[in-house]
Amino acid sequence: MAQHKVNYASSGGLPVALTTVDHLINWGRSNSLWPLTYGLACCAIEMMASGASRYDFDRFGTIFRASPRQADVMILAGTLSKKHAEFARRLYDQMTEPKWVISMGSCANTGGMFNTYATVQGVDRIVPVDIYLPGCAPRPETLQYALMMLQKKIRRESANMKNNTKQNLRLI
Amino acid sequence: MRKYVPKDNVQKKAYYTDRFHVVPSTPREDVSTDEIFSKHLEILSAKVEVKSARIELGSMVVEINHEDNYKALEILRDECSYAMLTEMSAVDYLAKDGNFEVFYQLLNLKEVKRTRVVMRIEQGLAVESVVPLYKSANFAEREMFDMFGIVANNHPFMKRILMPDDWEGHPLLKTYPLEGDEFASWYEVDKIFGKEAREAIGPENRDPARIDRYDTKRFSRVGYEVPFGADISNGETETPIEYSKTFLVDYTKDSGQQLEDRK
Repeated sequence: MAQHKVNYASSGGLPVALTTVDHLINWGRSNSLWPLTYGLACCAIEMMASGASRYDFDRFGTIFRASPRQADVMILAGTLSKKHAEFARRLYDQMTEPKWVISMGSCANTGGMFNTYATVQGVDRIVPVDIYLPGCAPRPETLQYALMMLQKKIRRESANMKNNTKQNLRLI
Repeated sequence: MRKYVPKDNVQKKAYYTDRFHVVPSTPREDVSTDEIFSKHLEILSAKVEVKSARIELGSMVVEINHEDNYKALEILRDECSYAMLTEMSAVDYLAKDGNFEVFYQLLNLKEVKRTRVVMRIEQGLAVESVVPLYKSANFAEREMFDMFGIVANNHPFMKRILMPDDWEGHPLLKTYPLEGDEFASWYEVDKIFGKEAREAIGPENRDPARIDRYDTKRFSRVGYEVPFGADISNGETETPIEYSKTFLVDYTKDSGQQLEDRK
């Protein structure tokens, strides 16, 4: 039998595949994660390398978008200064639901070596974080792994975002 | 045991000094040893009171009164061809001398000479802006205001440059704590969520390697394992550690058999 023909014998005579709505929606969500083009410090260099041809984020369906309205992942790549925290939060607020956050590198996770007055001591003080990615700076492979872990997380979540605990943790 | 020495007020006085430490100092020469510098100093001291002058590491250091800064820099620019102000800022000597030192680092491109004009100024006083003379002073004076709180009079745009506009305090003062004061530690929370969110978010963790003894979500104590997230503020019961048993076989006893010959 030719490959393009539907094998009616194996699917009970019907050209259907059975699944749940959750699976279907999460399949779509997790395979087209569009991060925001948003670099803060040297981690952004590694993020750029991850997006470029050698590590090639495009093969995961991950395409960097230059507008928060089109993005659903925020990769906080680098040191977040207190002056800039307000704007990072504003960008996060402008992203459409559902949205996820990856905190990339030591500075974003805890403030890192910048134990000073001007640095936010962990971006989880201003946005809810899904994945904490350690490293200074993390290699592109590590960011790739973080993204794959986020995909795994999304596939486990309920498609109705209201049922997910992280959404309930949101401050505003 | 080492003799106890009070360790309060360590900023003012070092509580420990190395016996073999030699305080580094740079040789200071008289201005008359360099003819170009002595010519510049002559022109300057004719119109402005010069408190002291010397040559240090190949550049002239001139100390003047802080009221004369505009006049002195104008003379140096127009009559001694110091065309560039490469750097200007202040140094906090409040604890030591009770004043700031403001310095202007000038560069003469014609004769390849550098001169530093320094002046002392009390806290609360303003300096005259030198932006009409040197454009590079624009950002430098704003930074000086931001970091030390020294205002430059007649500056075209006297506003903070590095810290946010609504910031309180001047971070490069020696009295400013490195990890920030109360205002700094809540700045982003107050700004984004408002003061009422402080309790929900909590204070900053300034020690990322800190281990909380009663945190059962991230830590578990060997020999005292409890379920995830259990409350152990009243202590936990000991779970005896079970080691895998080691079997010893005594081959010298009857269990073994000694061969007479090799087979």
